[in-house]
Amino acid sequence: MRDITLGQYFPTDSLIHRLDPRVKIVSLIAYIVLVFCTFNYYALALVGASVFVIVLMTKVPLKMYLKSLKVIIIIVLITSILNLFYGAGEPIFQWGIIKVTWAGIHNAVFVCVRIVCLILLSSVLTFTTSPTDLTDALERLMKPLTVFHIKVHEIAMMMTIALRFVPTLLEETDKIMAAQKARGADMESGNLFTRIRAMVPVLVPLFVSAFRRAYELAVAMECRCYRGGDGRTRMKQLHMSKRDAVAIVLSLLLIAGIVLLDVFMGHIL
Amino acid sequence: MSLLQVQDLSYVYSQGTPFENTAVDHVSFSLEKGDFVGIIGHTGSGKSTLVQMLNGLIRPTSGTVLLDGVNIWDKPKEIRKIRFKVGLVFQYPEYQLFEETVEKDIAFGPTNMGLSPDEIKQRVIDASNFVGLKPELLEKSPFDLSGGEKRRAAIAGVIAMDPDILILDEPCAGLDPLGRDVLLTQIYRYHEQRGNTVLLVSHSMEDVATVCDKALVMNHAHLEMFDTTQKVFSQGEKLRAMGLRVPQITSIIDSLSVAGVPLEKGTLTVERAVEEITEYLKREGRL
Repeated sequence: MRDITLGQYFPTDSLIHRLDPRVKIVSLIAYIVLVFCTFNYYALALVGASVFVIVLMTKVPLKMYLKSLKVIIIIVLITSILNLFYGAGEPIFQWGIIKVTWAGIHNAVFVCVRIVCLILLSSVLTFTTSPTDLTDALERLMKPLTVFHIKVHEIAMMMTIALRFVPTLLEETDKIMAAQKARGADMESGNLFTRIRAMVPVLVPLFVSAFRRAYELAVAMECRCYRGGDGRTRMKQLHMSKRDAVAIVLSLLLIAGIVLLDVFMGHIL
Repeated sequence: MSLLQVQDLSYVYSQGTPFENTAVDHVSFSLEKGDFVGIIGHTGSGKSTLVQMLNGLIRPTSGTVLLDGVNIWDKPKEIRKIRFKVGLVFQYPEYQLFEETVEKDIAFGPTNMGLSPDEIKQRVIDASNFVGLKPELLEKSPFDLSGGEKRRAAIAGVIAMDPDILILDEPCAGLDPLGRDVLLTQIYRYHEQRGNTVLLVSHSMEDVATVCDKALVMNHAHLEMFDTTQKVFSQGEKLRAMGLRVPQITSIIDSLSVAGVPLEKGTLTVERAVEEITEYLKREGRL
């Protein structure tokens, strides 16, 4: 349970940590689009290099990134291998119905690099932004949606609460598992079906306690007169600073660079 | 040979990271059959980690736990058998209830042991008797019970495995004074009738003084004292230095003896104190 790093906050004093969370979210979205707009190796290399530089700039140990990659390495491998066999054109290797073409190899490389970049970028966002900052920023960014009667504040509040309770529930799961193991519950052996059945003694108490916590939290919020977002002020206002401007300019330059490389260096896919 | 021997036991959390923290540091002691031991120590002194190593829930970083002379980690695959022999009731055990009926929940442990249905039924009845759970409650859903009844049901779930050693982590936490007394008495009666070893982790010095024969004091991951309750509680100064205290009645008698009244230090119960004071007054001819 402790190995889950995806979505975890890792405080250090890096430049990336101090950026405005809104800038980080918008840049993340831009980079994700960008990663899928690379059509030749030059563009791909530029994106990969930028992502790597950003990762280094966060001052978060590389081990943490490796841990979040570990979770999805199998998905990366499977999609890459599948792509390897689905290329059009002249086969460079054939064995029965299995054929490998240059297009297939290119496909595989691009898919692999793109997914890894995606994971690294989203890890950068969550490692460097505290959950409260993240939801604050989302709330601000989604504000225009209030025009369509979408309850932006409520959505953001739900996200904050959900994120807040992830560690609590993990700890609770550990405790309940220990308690059931003390009564001889066997969670390590057996086939898939028996293992799922063995989770019932953990899941039932976990749900019960999650509902109990939800109820207690609701009462506590009402006791402090919480009544949604209308007229609510914040203790911590988000401010754009010079370094945010620099970050935006650099991101725009990167976008321009990728577009230029795509246009002038030809397409390989 | 002792029933349970703990040799040089240590546990380090998150070893090799900046969060490294030694929870239990080279602890050794042994328990005999029939001991009733109170484990005391302030929050974070390593009590909970220690008891979880005794039944193999966590594997010690170094050192061994010998049960009947056999290292419990000799056969890691059979660690579940150890957990049946060393029953552990966690703090707030009512949060681990999950079955449809109280009866099924108490039967969870014995079922995992692979006992016959008749045997399981008998054990459920015996265990619920020990904790004073009324038979009509057995058919109810555990979630419909009151807080105190849930606690009892959860404790019965461990007693039903008939462990050689029963460990209870703060069994009385959050109960009202009457509920505490009743539960403590029931645990004591269980210990008397079965004659097995009981370990009671507690923050209440009064509870430990009333029911336990021996007390084990943990302080900053170290085993500070392990002796009869009377000897432990007669060292009030040392305990206070560790952020603990002695039972109220013990500290009254201690103050009296400091004030020049010759009474026995380390008196644990009010009844005993009354006897001593009466005796003293009689000797002095004032009664």
